[in-house]
Amino acid sequence: MRLLIVEDDAEAAAYLTKAFREVGHIADHAVDGLEGYAMAEGGGYDVLVVDRMLPRLDGLSLIRSLREQKDETPALILSALAQVDDRVKGLRAGGDDYLPKPYAFSELLARVEVLARRRGAPASEPTTYRVGELVLDRLAHRVTREGKDILLQPREFRLLEYLMKHAGQVVTRTMLLENVWDYHFDPQTNVIDVHVSRLRSKVDKGFEHAMIHTVRGAGYMVRDSAR
Amino acid sequence: MTALADAPARKRPKFLPTLVRTTAFKLTAAYLLIFALFAAFVLGYVAWNAQRLITDQIRSTIDAEIQGLAEQQRLGGIRRLVNIVEQRSRGPGASLYLVTTPVGERIAGNVEAIPPGTLDKTGESEIEYARSKEAIGAPSHALVRVFVLPAGFRLLVGRDLEERERLGAVIWRAIGWSLALVFTLGCFASWFVARRVLSRIDGMSETAQGIMEGDLKGRLSITGTGDELDRLALNLNAMLDRIGELMAGMQQVTDNIAHDLKTPLTRLRNRAEEALRSASSPDELRAALDGAIEEADNLIRVFNALLTIARLEAGRISENATEVDLSEIVSGMAELYEPLAEEAGLTLVGDVAPGLRVVGNRELIGQALANLIDNALKYGRSDAGGASTVTVSAWRDGDAVALAVADRGPGIPESDRGRVLERFVRLEASRTKPGFGLGLSTVAGVVRLHGGQLRLEDNAPGLRVVITFPAAATRPSGNWKLQAAPDPVETPALPPPAASTEVPKPARLPST
Repeated sequence: MRLLIVEDDAEAAAYLTKAFREVGHIADHAVDGLEGYAMAEGGGYDVLVVDRMLPRLDGLSLIRSLREQKDETPALILSALAQVDDRVKGLRAGGDDYLPKPYAFSELLARVEVLARRRGAPASEPTTYRVGELVLDRLAHRVTREGKDILLQPREFRLLEYLMKHAGQVVTRTMLLENVWDYHFDPQTNVIDVHVSRLRSKVDKGFEHAMIHTVRGAGYMVRDSAR
Repeated sequence: MTALADAPARKRPKFLPTLVRTTAFKLTAAYLLIFALFAAFVLGYVAWNAQRLITDQIRSTIDAEIQGLAEQQRLGGIRRLVNIVEQRSRGPGASLYLVTTPVGERIAGNVEAIPPGTLDKTGESEIEYARSKEAIGAPSHALVRVFVLPAGFRLLVGRDLEERERLGAVIWRAIGWSLALVFTLGCFASWFVARRVLSRIDGMSETAQGIMEGDLKGRLSITGTGDELDRLALNLNAMLDRIGELMAGMQQVTDNIAHDLKTPLTRLRNRAEEALRSASSPDELRAALDGAIEEADNLIRVFNALLTIARLEAGRISENATEVDLSEIVSGMAELYEPLAEEAGLTLVGDVAPGLRVVGNRELIGQALANLIDNALKYGRSDAGGASTVTVSAWRDGDAVALAVADRGPGIPESDRGRVLERFVRLEASRTKPGFGLGLSTVAGVVRLHGGQLRLEDNAPGLRVVITFPAAATRPSGNWKLQAAPDPVETPALPPPAASTEVPKPARLPST
């Protein structure tokens, strides 16, 4: 995955570049908005990580300009402004995700990987997600494992749907709260963990291999551990 | 407010020019001018008409006399005419007569001198004349008619215009006096009004000056008359109160940040230092770093909560405030926390009437509710060993929409209920549990921003937090036009009637 990090704080940029390279991605760095725009326009990036406050051209204008040029490269906005309005403004400018500073790198990585995957994905979502012997039928609202029905509450279904949509990728707790419950605040408790453990007890209990895995310090991942 | 008392004395030297510049003075002066012009016009019109009337009267009198005299002359010739003229000339009155020979020698009459050439042109004219030799120096005015008799004799009949002139003079004097009076009264009135307004506005300026210089307790004085200046002062005072509250809040935040952020920062620093000094294995270092990150995360949470509260208290309702489905938010939150409650050994019951709508921000209301439920789960465990039930409910309450989170815990003593809404306030009983004391402050901020009310009640036993929001207009906004478009006869769907308040459907959540 090729990333462009547009960040004027040299230390933060160096930290990000190094961290992304360590997990096997290629990360370039632009020091201000104009340079970032020029590099992004050159193309070839899978995801842009853009700081909101940048010299010469701010992050929102950068993304807006790219979108006007019909450049749809997924962009994640990093910002010290973390209020509801700020987030909405960021997404309106054409950002695909918004992460308030300070953030955990694991959170940023998980979100960037989801964005990069979305880019390569076909335009229409498949109607069925399949991970190993676990099958989720989105149209029939039905989940089976090894052919046996698993009965889920509507919210549990959506939780599993989101996890399976991003099978093989780390999904953080805040991503789950955002995408399954559509709230963006920090719940400050392990409220999401309890939901996942309930889901896990229905999906994994009585089976040899676990499907829902906890990724320490990051979140959860659905993956067929039999393989 | 002693500064107000000596203010006019200090300002006196430039008081008059200031007065002239006031709006009150300018307005009064303008009205005055308009009124004076109007009065002058009316009086002038009256005067002109009166003069015309009098002139007409004089003219007809002269005509009648001329006719009479001509009749005499026709009956008795010029001699009889002369006799009658002499007879009439002796009588008192304003009538003037003169009979002359064709060359202009006086035969009879009571006029001594007239301007030369008067007798040459027949018909009407206004002339200066004198009745006697003594009066030649101070001639009077008359309206006269000259009439040519047979054989070239001339007859002049006229009438003195003194009456008319006196009337004119009276009217002009009246105009003058009334204008003078209007002007004087107007000046006085505008001076009085302007000075009154000016002194009050000066007072306001003084107070504002004082406040700017640092006397933040200063308030504008209210006269109690309820006039526009009073209303302005009341509003400005309310504004100052609000600003004062915000400043006090800011001050409090600063103090609290100093205390409540420095403590964990110190802890973080100590931990790092301790690890540097004594950790010998990579595992120990790792554990210390994990602890440091956790500490930092907590700091970030406190910081974010403080920023949120500060924004809420600054009172900026966001542009994203739209009509939201409160029923969805409340039941969604109850559902989100229900497994957590169960894990903590409590029962969470949702009792939400459908179709409740308020104007607001879904995120903020959701967060406030999350804080309340979180608190209830943390502190709402029954001490007496009874059922630890947390009830989350929402219902229509007249024009408002209410929601409540109630627990069966120890509750909050009445004396502490106001205090717990403040930032960083944690009651002694809860000190041992995790938390920062910002949850209820956030809730209070959200409620205030939405124009709602927050009440802490005794749930006997336990705490019941009730929030009321103004309900959104009953018309479902947004897509009702779209609904009506394909079939204009179809009425837009209305939300279910308020009957839901009478029979709230208890929607107990699945507990598996």
